[in-house]
Amino acid sequence: MRAVKSLRSHGQPGLALFLTPYTDGTNMTELKKTALHATHVSLGAKMVEFAGYEMPVQYRDGVLKEHLHTREKAGLFDVSHMGQAFLETKQTPLGASDAHEKIATALETLVPGEIQKLRKGGLRYSVLLNEQGGVLDDLMITRPFGDDDQGALFLVVNAAMKSQDFALIEKLLADHATLKIADDRSLLALQGPTATNVIADVIPGAEAQTFMTMRQYQWEGSDVYVSRCGYTGEDGFEISVPDHTAEQLAKTLLDHNDVAPIGLGARDSLRLEAGLCLYGHDLTPETTPVAGNIGFVLGKRRREEGGFPGADRILKEYADGAENLRVGVRPEGRAPAREGVKIESTDGIAIGDITSGGFGPTAGGPVAMGYVDAKFAATGTKVHLIVRGKALPAEITDMPFVPHRYYRG
Amino acid sequence: MTIKYTEDHEWVRLEGDIAIVGISTHAAEQLGDVVFVELPDVGASFDQKADMAVVESVKAASDVYAPIAGEIVEVNNAIVDEPAKVNEDAGGAAWFVKIKPSDLSQLDGLMDEAAYKTFSENN
Repeated sequence: MRAVKSLRSHGQPGLALFLTPYTDGTNMTELKKTALHATHVSLGAKMVEFAGYEMPVQYRDGVLKEHLHTREKAGLFDVSHMGQAFLETKQTPLGASDAHEKIATALETLVPGEIQKLRKGGLRYSVLLNEQGGVLDDLMITRPFGDDDQGALFLVVNAAMKSQDFALIEKLLADHATLKIADDRSLLALQGPTATNVIADVIPGAEAQTFMTMRQYQWEGSDVYVSRCGYTGEDGFEISVPDHTAEQLAKTLLDHNDVAPIGLGARDSLRLEAGLCLYGHDLTPETTPVAGNIGFVLGKRRREEGGFPGADRILKEYADGAENLRVGVRPEGRAPAREGVKIESTDGIAIGDITSGGFGPTAGGPVAMGYVDAKFAATGTKVHLIVRGKALPAEITDMPFVPHRYYRG
Repeated sequence: MTIKYTEDHEWVRLEGDIAIVGISTHAAEQLGDVVFVELPDVGASFDQKADMAVVESVKAASDVYAPIAGEIVEVNNAIVDEPAKVNEDAGGAAWFVKIKPSDLSQLDGLMDEAAYKTFSENN
């Protein structure tokens, strides 16, 4: 007999361990539920714990089909676990001529984006920063369209970070603004190339919005906020709707032939192919926006003026480059490289780590992103990924892995 | 020969003096879409419960353990080329490896079909 391999040398779970993570120690009855919980269950969802919520990881079709359906037609995602809030100036009445300037100036002390010049009804992707310039969360900031609503900003933050984010914003902006947490609102994402046809039927007018704009509509007597944005790389919409209307809206959207319900599993593979960051993995309090390769969040005026947390470090990195950079990584073989996999140079020197990785159904193979020493960050650099003890060849690549298809009008 | 199952969701079936090994249909269903399979080299030997193969779905990677000790005499490269076959026929055409067992009595400690059905419904 030849040498016997040591037990469990791979250091990953066997099938038995993998098959039970949804029940190990987590009491599902203690988890929060979204307004669409019963809808998910009736659609055959497999429910899992995510950020303190019981959420659908997949429906009957499974992750692969759900992913491909979203790229081909339209997928409906329940993202109601995310945090929604309105930040309103208390320095001047809403609708006053200086109201937007007041609230934008206040929020700009926490984020590096150009908020003052955000157009009415415009959205901006941004980050909350700590004093070291590390990313505390990424978020969407929207300036309302209506004249009477000026002086408010609509914020959408990550589910796992919302308590922390909202506490921080309330504390640091206490003198300038009031934070009204919209925990009575659900958030639905409709994503995919035919999402625009679906929205035209259900919320007429929204199909004319361009990428990164929000408009308010009345739907079945409720205020809904429709933003043309998403987390898949596809054209699509995110719809903020009162909880009491969410199920009716979801069912109306699902009634459309093109629309299928999509779980968190496919949401993750879609965003990975789109090269978009998952907070807590690809962005953390230890990574700056420059290292995270999201330097576009730094507004031009903000780069000149500073005045956001960690500005010294971030602006120095913006000028001179960061030590480590987030890059796309494409394994040459078929083995997926997942979070935590070590990245080495071809001569065996440790140069970084994979922060997100898996199989890309549309890319047709494994895709990943991670942080590497900036000297190895150039597109086309050959590297090794240490998967189960073996050095697998891979290449640093541009992202996204699948082209974005946003609607810019 | 009847089929036997492990608590790790592998199955093993004797044909003559060779044990055919795969993962259960229940495991394949729970894993979801399989996108990668790594099999051992022919000639390699494993203890019972040693990790001998890897199966990855869109969701996660799992080790597959040897349900019985012995030497690998054949591997099913069809599932390496087309991992989705594991979802189509985990209990049949999508077998993983054939093992020449070193101790057939190890099979006595495994579950039969009825016992595994009860086990998998509760795990």
